[in-house]
Amino acid sequence: MQKISRDILVEKAISMLENGDVCSVLGWRKGEFDYDITPAVFTDKDDIKNNFVWNDFCGANFSKYLVQKTRKAEGKILVFLKPCDTYSFNQLLTEHRFDREKVYAIGIPCEGMVDINKIKEITGDGISSIDCGDKITVNTIYGDKFDIDATNVLSERCINCKSKKHVAYDELIGDEGEVLESNRFDEVTKLEQMTPDERFAFWQNELSKCIRCNACRDICPACTCEKCVFDNPKSGVENKAAANSFEEKMFHIIRAFHVAGRCTDCGECSRVCPQHIPLHLLNRKFIKDIDGFYGEYQAGDEVGSRAPLVNYTTEDIEAADIFEGRDN
Amino acid sequence: MFKCSIDSLDKIFAEISKNATVYLPVDNDDGKAVYTKWENGVKWSNELNTVKSLKDFFFPQVENLMEFKVEGKNIEIKDIRTESEDFVVFGVRACDVRSFDILDRVFLVEPCDSYYANRREHGVIISVACTRPSETCFCNTFGIDATSPNGDITVWKTEDALYWNANTEKGKALLDKLNLDECDDSAVNEQKAKTAEIMKRLPLASLTTENFGGGKTDELFNRPEWKTLSESCLGCGTCTFVCPTCQCYDIKEFNNGNGVIRFRCWDSCMYSDFTKMAHGNNRLSQVERFRQRFMHKLVYYPENNEGIFGCVGCGRCLAKCPISMNIVKVMKTIGGND
Repeated sequence: MQKISRDILVEKAISMLENGDVCSVLGWRKGEFDYDITPAVFTDKDDIKNNFVWNDFCGANFSKYLVQKTRKAEGKILVFLKPCDTYSFNQLLTEHRFDREKVYAIGIPCEGMVDINKIKEITGDGISSIDCGDKITVNTIYGDKFDIDATNVLSERCINCKSKKHVAYDELIGDEGEVLESNRFDEVTKLEQMTPDERFAFWQNELSKCIRCNACRDICPACTCEKCVFDNPKSGVENKAAANSFEEKMFHIIRAFHVAGRCTDCGECSRVCPQHIPLHLLNRKFIKDIDGFYGEYQAGDEVGSRAPLVNYTTEDIEAADIFEGRDN
Repeated sequence: MFKCSIDSLDKIFAEISKNATVYLPVDNDDGKAVYTKWENGVKWSNELNTVKSLKDFFFPQVENLMEFKVEGKNIEIKDIRTESEDFVVFGVRACDVRSFDILDRVFLVEPCDSYYANRREHGVIISVACTRPSETCFCNTFGIDATSPNGDITVWKTEDALYWNANTEKGKALLDKLNLDECDDSAVNEQKAKTAEIMKRLPLASLTTENFGGGKTDELFNRPEWKTLSESCLGCGTCTFVCPTCQCYDIKEFNNGNGVIRFRCWDSCMYSDFTKMAHGNNRLSQVERFRQRFMHKLVYYPENNEGIFGCVGCGRCLAKCPISMNIVKVMKTIGGND
């Protein structure tokens, strides 16, 4: 359950709208059920009163929306940011992707978001209501009731939460948290310990599930090219279909390379994948390697930081050392 | 009507497999149901439905259409089609069966799509009645009876038995070969009544199509709500690719060094280059692309197809959309039947 109540956020959003401090509010809109929340732009106070939601299903990261929304905005946009969202926010600012002056950012603490798929593994289909209290209480149309510990159904990225600390905001609601020691690289280590054949088989199996919907790319706050190379008919690599079984892997590997050093590990790619491919592991491998080669680096930690991959120093590790498997 | 015990299902699949490949929903390593080829030891999934629909069998995501070979001043055009083999898909839900009423009206009208037609001729669909629908189900809205699906053969599964009924000549020919015991339909009727009661309790049971259909273009096209509904749409292709009725495709060519292969692949109206032509793109914004998808299913398709809607209420887009925007929210907002 989230420590900050919805009402505090609603009150804040309405007062800022009414005072003319902001012209719109980026927030989570109530869905058809209790778990299918949609990112939304609110401009009306009654709409906020009735439809703004803040609960354990508000996983969506709004940072990327600011790229488009700030362009059209006539005034400021109020955006609510969870700690992990603030890293994407900073990274986008580092890349000059939106106008900071057009944003009023409110940091809000997050106790972790839950994964509806994990809940459904326990409850089965037919959910009629979900209440996010101390326990997550699920009722079904079949008359079953489940009380579930949120910790048992946390999203993968929240189990391995890297930070409860906000690295950007204009105003903070609630208490500030700390950067956490997480086990987020454990799965990467497991992959590293595999033989090349085993690792190939692992990714072959995972990436063969890809339906090439591009949801991972389209949600990714590091993927903000105006025209993606894979959408450009003139690029020669524009493809709506894989020419062979290796091509799906190529798409994901190229994307992982492209966001290397810029990926903040927000985990949105894996959250939205309709096929549940653990795409974040590709990015985490890069993060782990960069940490090993150049010293610990967290993308988005501060605005304007020079990422190791675009910042040459004479102390940089030599390619031969990397090839031999030595860390700096 | 015919009956067999659940335990004899493997024997039945083995029998059918003598003449045709059998596919059925099987759990993958992620616990999600995927149509998989039957062989000894393969277990029928308990999941309500497969992640991807049956559409893939008849209209695959990618298929090669023809090949061009160039030598000197000659171009040779090679027909690289192969005749489909006979196959049987078992365990198809009522919503997915209905999707073929929609797809057939696109692919089997003149000029008939011979690639699709070939697979339809060789495929037999064995449907299975639903007993535990999900909150995301709304097939009822489109007049589909989940308790008694169509298909070449319908199967009802109870605790320990399966009941079989043939609906088409193809289905009857297959069922005759299986030598099952004849039985009355009392157990099936009992199940149907029970499921029908559950269907009434579904959260989307009251969703109606009354404000949609042919002739509604002028009324709905310029509604201001399209903008807010599509506001956070990512423009990804998830909804279109998991949809059992989305049938738009692109035809492209691929130079493999020795010649050119012309292939077709699924396209998505959510993509920025969808139906892009020499003069440019006719839908420049995501609002227009988003509107196209729902107008197609709820207005244009019924207008051209005797009032039949282009959605079957399977609920896949409800479960899979990264931003949880979907046809139900569109129908309630634009149709005003909230």
